[in-house]
Amino acid sequence: MPSFADGTVTPIRPGDRRAASTTVDPMAHADDDSGLDEYGESPFPGARRPDRAYDLPAHGVQIAVYEWGAADAPPLMMMHGGFDFARTFDGFAPKLADAGWRVVSWDQRGHGNSEHAPMYSWDGDLRDTLAVFDHVAGGRPIPVVGHSKGGALMTQLADAQPHRFRCLVNMDGIPYKRNIPDVAEHERTTMLAKDLAGWLDHRGRTATASRKPGTLDDLARRRGRMNPRLPHEWLRRLVTTGGFESDDGWRWKIDPALRFGGFGPWRPEWMLMRLPGLPMPFLGILGAEMEEMGWGTPPHKVLPYMPLDGRCEVLEGVGHFVHIERPDLVSGIVLDFIGAPA
Amino acid sequence: MTTSPVMLRHNKIDLALHSLRAEPLDAAVPTRPLLLLHGLGDRSPTSVPHWCASWPGPIAALDFTGHGDSTVPAGGGYSPELLMADVDQALAHLTDGDPARSITVLGRGLGAYVALQIAGARAGQIHGAILVDGPGLAGGPTGPTSQSVFALDTDGTSPDPYALVELGRDLRPGDYAISFVNLANAGSPVATPITVASSFRPKWLAAVAEAPGVAESSLPDALDTYA
Repeated sequence: MPSFADGTVTPIRPGDRRAASTTVDPMAHADDDSGLDEYGESPFPGARRPDRAYDLPAHGVQIAVYEWGAADAPPLMMMHGGFDFARTFDGFAPKLADAGWRVVSWDQRGHGNSEHAPMYSWDGDLRDTLAVFDHVAGGRPIPVVGHSKGGALMTQLADAQPHRFRCLVNMDGIPYKRNIPDVAEHERTTMLAKDLAGWLDHRGRTATASRKPGTLDDLARRRGRMNPRLPHEWLRRLVTTGGFESDDGWRWKIDPALRFGGFGPWRPEWMLMRLPGLPMPFLGILGAEMEEMGWGTPPHKVLPYMPLDGRCEVLEGVGHFVHIERPDLVSGIVLDFIGAPA
Repeated sequence: MTTSPVMLRHNKIDLALHSLRAEPLDAAVPTRPLLLLHGLGDRSPTSVPHWCASWPGPIAALDFTGHGDSTVPAGGGYSPELLMADVDQALAHLTDGDPARSITVLGRGLGAYVALQIAGARAGQIHGAILVDGPGLAGGPTGPTSQSVFALDTDGTSPDPYALVELGRDLRPGDYAISFVNLANAGSPVATPITVASSFRPKWLAAVAEAPGVAESSLPDALDTYA
């Protein structure tokens, strides 16, 4: 994994799997590693590597940062969701960059090319985010876009430090309580007991755990079980930008210590309470189709919580990854909302 | 008298488990280990404290992540749940990985909250959790607040400043604490698997103390009950 620990901007080179234009190759459908471009990445229509990539020291954790667009353009921050990584914006970010923005995204700790940290928490993610904000914007307010967990985190940060936000776009990242209907209390206890035991057993294995290897297409198909609405060619690109190839196959880079789901005292619906008070212009974009990686947020439950300068767009027939399913539509909505680069 | 701690690996952290008493007081009497969990910003004692000297079995004490002789990690990210997983490593060590064997846990302050959690999560292996006063007993709010986001200068010394802040303000709603009581009641072979022996009762602990299956007593009586 390349490391540029001094935080300096590094130009993108062939062979550097971080960040350049691609063309579609029909061989990308093959069940092997053929059809990769000169950067070792699987091409996808409209997807573009970042123009710059570098590591940023963030209070003890190295964070991988990526930028699309002119280096002297006004900055716009873009945060990915849980179990994603910044390069999942390869299709979406260039559309905002081509409109005149310097789009800055980063891999959350433990994700993509960022360091595998000893511990993970929202406090930790927010602290890493501050390091990127400080590096990119100083104290100036800038537009911020977040998807899924990234949207929820940015909503929390907007509540805590509104001076950093010119406006906020939350793409399908408004948490809402998921009720499990018709389950008796003793059955809930049993479910929690299994969750806890499973999590503790997982923690006991993390010291020696590694991600399961497979062919490029194996990993794309596995990801497809979580992202059934996304095309296989896109998922192949994710493998080649969020994974690495070793002697026994491809593996995702994400820290094996991270585990989908979880438990704790925090309740998703508490995020809703932060929304009405946000003082900056706010745009929520919700996909109406529920998916496993989404929050399962019904639009009618969110709309009453819009802030004074807020609104919400509900995209019918679109799933959790609104920006990947409908990049032209969503980038158009976002660009119209945030206004001209300034 | 303590000896060099056993170092247990939990993910990227090396945890120090101190043996304060290796053998039971009377080898002829069946006993189980007592595990001491310290409070926020504290560390394990170096010898058997007078207030638990009556315990008939072996006594061990764990330094949580970022505390005592355990690793101080970079970048923070603490939660009581992660400390519960620390305790799970100690539990596996003290029982030789045998799920049929059990220990008793005694937690002070933050350690009391973690003791409650492990008593629920590993109910079949925790023969009583004793919750005692100590640093970090209160924790943070019971609901959402506009908490500050911060970064600290750290130099790797113990206790980790991130631990002091993050574990001093973690959310502790009463019903979340009660869910661990319910788990302990459902899975423990002990009639009253949790004993509150503290004078101070923050909201989460007041809720626990009133729950079915939870006893209130003095520390000596609690030790006597679970011995």
